[in-house]
Amino acid sequence: MLYSIITEVSRWIIPLAILFVLFAAVIKKVKVFEVFIEGAQEGFTTAIKTIPYLVAMLMAINIFRATGAMELLVHNLSPFFNYFYFPVEVLPHAIMRPLSGGAALGVATNIIATHGPDSYLGRLVSTMQGSTDTTFYVLTLYFGSVGITRYRYAVISGLAADFTTLVASVFIVNKVFGTGG
Amino acid sequence: MVNFIWLVLIVLGVIVAGTSGKIEVVTLAALEGANNAVKTSLNLIAIITFWLGIMKLAEAAGLVQCLARLARPLLRFLFPEIPQNHPAFGAIVMNLCANILGLGNAATPMGMIAMQEMQKLNQGNLKTATSAMCTFLALNTSCITLIPTIIIGIRLMHNSADPTAIVGPTIFATTCGMIVAIAVDRFLYFFYRNR
Repeated sequence: MLYSIITEVSRWIIPLAILFVLFAAVIKKVKVFEVFIEGAQEGFTTAIKTIPYLVAMLMAINIFRATGAMELLVHNLSPFFNYFYFPVEVLPHAIMRPLSGGAALGVATNIIATHGPDSYLGRLVSTMQGSTDTTFYVLTLYFGSVGITRYRYAVISGLAADFTTLVASVFIVNKVFGTGG
Repeated sequence: MVNFIWLVLIVLGVIVAGTSGKIEVVTLAALEGANNAVKTSLNLIAIITFWLGIMKLAEAAGLVQCLARLARPLLRFLFPEIPQNHPAFGAIVMNLCANILGLGNAATPMGMIAMQEMQKLNQGNLKTATSAMCTFLALNTSCITLIPTIIIGIRLMHNSADPTAIVGPTIFATTCGMIVAIAVDRFLYFFYRNR
């Protein structure tokens, strides 16, 4: 019930917001077409400005992934995570998620296809996929759009959030669904 | 820190490729990554242009300032550097709302507008992130998601008996992440300021 309300809201909100903005602008006697174009002017430069930043980041991540270095890292970290009763099958997802959205989604899809969407691992990886963000991509894109190269502590708080979400996902899925299935 | 991570990613990649006898993968992977990056940026042109136009209208109509006024009491604690009724507040709130509702297409341009507004307030080195930006990105990347659309679609595709069963756990997990992100950000905010 709550879910269907939220889905409806997110279907309607953008069209209604656009309509609302236009009405408000007309009431304020704004020349809508002219002002829209004035604002849109910057779109091209803003998007283009992100190219070198994204190229640098995605290039490095792709090298790390395609050469098998990521797999090696996952392999070497498994015993450590196993020690803490962390399901090792979802470890590749946890490591890839902050780096590459596409790769992480691939791992999630694979686990869901192999173990079933309603299995313990299927539910866990679904929760992990739904609750985390591609931190490095977001940082690179947002900082890139304003030309910032020194991120200060943004990486630390982003990764701290990712790690917490991971632990919380394992905890809550165990709690709600149990480890069976 | 980014310098270090970036270096490690590439160096480890090259070493692993070299020792496993497939060094040519490195160049291919680098070009493929660069290609994806350019495609992503080009795709953004349309979305960003559209939303920047709409946002300019919202600004001219006084809506952004209005939203900033409403949001300020809530966000003042997290963004003490942003002056009262600054349009940055409006863009930050819109970005977070779009994130919560899972509207990625709208969230990115709003986030970029927020970053631009905060960059205007940057009084230090223009290549160094301000505290407000760090806080904003901590909120942004850890933001609560109410409907994880993509993964629900994949669950549906694989005949899940209850594709949306993970919505509750997802909200719980993101809430935990967000609380920690804010706590860590506040801690580092004071830590870096006193240095």
